[in-house]
Amino acid sequence: MIAVRGLAKRYGDRRVLRNLDLEVEDGGFLLVTGPNGSGKTTLLRILAGLVAPSAGEVRLPPRATIGYLGHAPLVYRELSALENLNLFGRLYRIDERAERIGMLLERFGLWEVRHDRVATFSRGMQQRLGLCRVLLHEPKLLVLDEPANALDAAGLELLQEVLADAMQTFVVATHEPQHVESLATARLALA
Amino acid sequence: MSYASDVSALARKDLLLELRAKETLPAMLIFVVATLTIFHFALPHGTGKVAALGLLWVALVFTALLGLTRAFVAEREQGLFDALVLTPCDRSAIWLGKAIAVFAFLVAAEVVALPAFSIFFSGVGGRTVAAVALADVGICTVGTLLGAMAVAGRARELLLPLLFLPLAVPIVVGGVGASAGAGARYLLFLALYDAIFGVLSWAVFEYVVAEV
Repeated sequence: MIAVRGLAKRYGDRRVLRNLDLEVEDGGFLLVTGPNGSGKTTLLRILAGLVAPSAGEVRLPPRATIGYLGHAPLVYRELSALENLNLFGRLYRIDERAERIGMLLERFGLWEVRHDRVATFSRGMQQRLGLCRVLLHEPKLLVLDEPANALDAAGLELLQEVLADAMQTFVVATHEPQHVESLATARLALA
Repeated sequence: MSYASDVSALARKDLLLELRAKETLPAMLIFVVATLTIFHFALPHGTGKVAALGLLWVALVFTALLGLTRAFVAEREQGLFDALVLTPCDRSAIWLGKAIAVFAFLVAAEVVALPAFSIFFSGVGGRTVAAVALADVGICTVGTLLGAMAVAGRARELLLPLLFLPLAVPIVVGGVGASAGAGARYLLFLALYDAIFGVLSWAVFEYVVAEV
């Protein structure tokens, strides 16, 4: 499903990624690790189709079938959880939107606060909402950058449950691989 | 149909954000009234109507600039372009939704500004109102595109005025011309500006957000 050949990325004179090859099968789980500045986020943004590589070939599924969670949850702080998911649900043209949104909010423990503005949420609750947004359109490829960020023990358990249950292809970058290591089918350590 | 639905969802989102945050519109209202007040006291008695109309257009362009500077704040601060561009909606729908929201804020500011101008200087005629409406379309279409470009840059607060003001010169020329007498010709000029820059902005926006 994902095939990368000779990938390189430069920002001006700075070479972030060089000559990278990788392949992730459908339903596979690629765990990306590495120190700060090793290019994890750049690689994930390329694999989400958000950044063009400087060189090399990248084969990805169609844009609308990719779910991306960056360092931030990528939701509007002044909207409620429900308004955010409704907005993205409309843009993704999801049928039976209300049911899908209700199910996700229930699963991530946000149903009771669905009408509250995201600005009033804790960082962990915002991350849970970010995960709801990413899963909303049932993407085939999930690209998650530090998904365990700010999650408490219950949130981490939920994340592991979601990752283990899902049939999608995953690319996950993290500093805390112990939370998802057992699920990985492939590993990439960037230096 | 889905394009219209996407645009409406995105414009509604921006109006809702402003309704909650109340950051842009109050600032635009205060700015335009304060500017007209300053002009009122700064202009010597007996200044002609054309000069006053010129100042009205200056005030409107800078008020619009204030709104445009704030247009992409949520997307910039919360990295939301990433989430929006991954949706299957046409990228130009993001531009159009934002332009409609900025247009609404600008019209709201002008609902206060034009009566204030009438009180401080002289009444505004139908031609001025028509010119303002046409100018708003041009300001919002071009300004929203440039606002998105500026978001990607480092010195974004400097970049937007530098990009926008040169392109606003024809709007001021057309606006003052239409308000000051030679109406129809300048109204046509403004409509032509709207059509050309509207289509250009619509077509170019996709490339602006390609690697934001």
